[in-house]
Amino acid sequence: MLKSDGKLDIDAVLANLESYRPRRRGWSWRKPAADATVGSFTYRQISEPQEQGVPLPAATRSFGGIDPQPECVITTEIASGRFEDDLRRMRMAAWHGADHLMVIRTAGQSHFDGLIEGTPEGVGGIPITRKQLRATRKALDFIEDEVGRPLNFHSYVSGVAGPEIGVLFAEEGVNGAHQDPQYNVLYRNVNMVRSFVDAAVAKSLMSWAEMLQIDGAHNANATAREAWKVMPELLVQHAINTRYSELIGMPKDLIGLSTVPPTAPPAPAIFMDLPYAVALRELFPDCKMRAQMNTRYIESDTREATVTHVLNLLVSRLTSVDVQSTITPDEGRNVPWHHFNVAAVDTAKQSLLGMDGILDMVQLKDEGVLVERKREIIERAVLFLEEILEVGGYFESVARGYFVDSGYYPERNGDGIARDPEGGVAAGTVIPRDADYLAPVCHHFGYNALPDGDDGKPCDSIGGCTLCDPGKIVYVDELDPEDNVHSRLEEKADLRASERTRPEVEWFGDGWLTLNMMLPAPEEIAYYAALQMVEKMGLEEAEVIHTGVMHPTEGTYVEIKARAPYDVDASTLEIPEKEEVLSEDEIREEIDERPMTVVAATVGEDEHSVGMREIIDIKHGGLEKFGVHCVYLGTSVPVDKAIDAAVETDASAILISTIITHSDVHRKNMERLDQLAREKGIRDRLVLVAGGTQVTDDLAKSAGLDAGFGRGTTGHDVASALVRFRRDRS
Amino acid sequence: MERRNVERRPDDYTARRAHLVELDDEQLQERFWELADRLVRPLVELAENHTSPSIERSVLLRMGFSGDEAGRLVEAIADRGLLGKGAGNVVLRAAGSMDLEVRPAAEELLEGRGWDAVEASFDGGGADSC
Repeated sequence: MLKSDGKLDIDAVLANLESYRPRRRGWSWRKPAADATVGSFTYRQISEPQEQGVPLPAATRSFGGIDPQPECVITTEIASGRFEDDLRRMRMAAWHGADHLMVIRTAGQSHFDGLIEGTPEGVGGIPITRKQLRATRKALDFIEDEVGRPLNFHSYVSGVAGPEIGVLFAEEGVNGAHQDPQYNVLYRNVNMVRSFVDAAVAKSLMSWAEMLQIDGAHNANATAREAWKVMPELLVQHAINTRYSELIGMPKDLIGLSTVPPTAPPAPAIFMDLPYAVALRELFPDCKMRAQMNTRYIESDTREATVTHVLNLLVSRLTSVDVQSTITPDEGRNVPWHHFNVAAVDTAKQSLLGMDGILDMVQLKDEGVLVERKREIIERAVLFLEEILEVGGYFESVARGYFVDSGYYPERNGDGIARDPEGGVAAGTVIPRDADYLAPVCHHFGYNALPDGDDGKPCDSIGGCTLCDPGKIVYVDELDPEDNVHSRLEEKADLRASERTRPEVEWFGDGWLTLNMMLPAPEEIAYYAALQMVEKMGLEEAEVIHTGVMHPTEGTYVEIKARAPYDVDASTLEIPEKEEVLSEDEIREEIDERPMTVVAATVGEDEHSVGMREIIDIKHGGLEKFGVHCVYLGTSVPVDKAIDAAVETDASAILISTIITHSDVHRKNMERLDQLAREKGIRDRLVLVAGGTQVTDDLAKSAGLDAGFGRGTTGHDVASALVRFRRDRS
Repeated sequence: MERRNVERRPDDYTARRAHLVELDDEQLQERFWELADRLVRPLVELAENHTSPSIERSVLLRMGFSGDEAGRLVEAIADRGLLGKGAGNVVLRAAGSMDLEVRPAAEELLEGRGWDAVEASFDGGGADSC
């Protein structure tokens, strides 16, 4: 079936979905690490490790490949329109440390009055259907076995079909969902009476399914003209959904608040965001904090977006976080791409680990501007609540446009979103329950004239509902013979079955790639010049996705996306065979028997010594550890000095390190080393090796040397190569 | 009803907060939650005593009908003014009056049969419901 060593087998995922049942229901938190020591470090805020995964880049080379996992759940949001491709992205994100996979719904589903079936393609998200939910949950079962920890699957219980979606999610083992009737009212113009009445049943079902609920307050940040001024309103929105959920019967520890630091640089963001974050945690101590980054001010610059993300993560660490959301750094330019989901997950993981234990050393002040501002925000929120009650309640306040006004309440700018209580989508569809109203099913909400004196289950009269007897669930496969996953897979069946590969950012083999360039021209010229350049490369549909002015006249940085109209047949690639590294014991034995001396130097006018020291020093596991005698000449050594030293010490190899690469200095040094050795007539008995971040084996060989070592090389690699060369020559 | 956007208002926080000044932080928090509670209670009551097509479809889903069947049943039930009885209730009454299981009874209803008996069962006050 599904195999770990290959690509995710979509056909296997789609097989037998009619009989698939989820393994469990409910949300899963990470387990605090039993042993907080990982590698050389002791952490204060980590969870049990993954069984498989991809560590941070620096971890592989310099930290023994450790991959500690922060204590909070990490979210990634995926929305490509084709769930079959999202599944592969979920696998990538999970391997990097995401354990909350959030699926955005297709545009328009919130106004769809009923359930959608099958697997039609979506726009900016996917249509949530039973088949798609089962396929996704089934793929996540497989992926969670790979990474060795539970993965939470999440989508949206909103729109005019909330109660039905609630049933669907409860039946299909969805672990978390957004549910907030205010979201429907303010941003989807769903009738407010319908939205609140429906939400009660949806919340009741979610409570049974032990789903983590996330509210919708953060949308006010993303919508208001001056996002930081909505802070009092955010507290009010959180309170309305929280208290409403509690009264419906939802336990507090399943109520999550979607909180976003309201601003971003160049504003003094932490100074403005921190009092709000503290106020929220003080008012809602028992709820779960789902922290998301600010997106109100996001632009096409992925660097800027990442800095905002990191500052928001600082707020999480300075206060608290239960679910750390991640916004992809490309969200300001397009629907997220594969590698940006992974980048955002890595940003969260890296930042949370980097700030591990910060509150054991740093304390927020309990007097002064922080508490004064916190108090003020809460007072303003209280005043907001007072006014809502004064004018006649929630519906009337929405009708008056109190919400998402850009004024800092009680200031009003008159630009809020006003909705008519008798208007909106599905207006006039709510009716009173009669005295003999009956719903013979479990986990319903509200008045229900069940037979008196019957202490059995509400569904006894029908012999069990689907929540008690999942065998009763009706599975519908595809309704549309064209618009479904099977025809999409069929279109690319050839490519899938072949060894051909093509760039991809979103959908399998979509061909999109990006190019970055700095052009020494003003923005407008650079823009069009870059497009023409990409056209000359033979790429199609080129589009500038980002420009950054370096200087109005001196230069512009341009990022372009384009489609590659060709692919590469992997079976025709000439991939140089990796030489097998000899075991440490084997190297040590051979050096014991036949001692080896090498001369090492950083050549040219180069003061960098870190790389070379790592290769030779005993404490870094370098050549000395294997018994190789190293004569280290230091930095900025002329090449002829290295040759002289080799003659004097009767060395069998010379190692040169060269990092600075302008004017091709590294190549010239390599060529000169070979040339001098020949002139002295000792080239045959010397192994000549170069290393450095810009050096490759091919480059070194083309300059006449025996081998070159680039980034990621260890002393072990070099020792193994030196022993092999000596064997070959004797 | 027209949109009734609130008029612009300058920040009168300092004047408005006069009655909050004396409250300590804990009292302020209590006030926050007391107000929030007062605000949502009428909404909860509304939900307790009302229903909607989506809620009724969610009942039928839980009874083992497909989304499509639930949609058609709720529409037919609403057309006959019986949604306030509960869609599941209507199907259950139909099953009782036709002496059928729930699913075949609902299929009969979708074919337009058995409605008179269902309607009659409610006229009698529904005392004989199972």
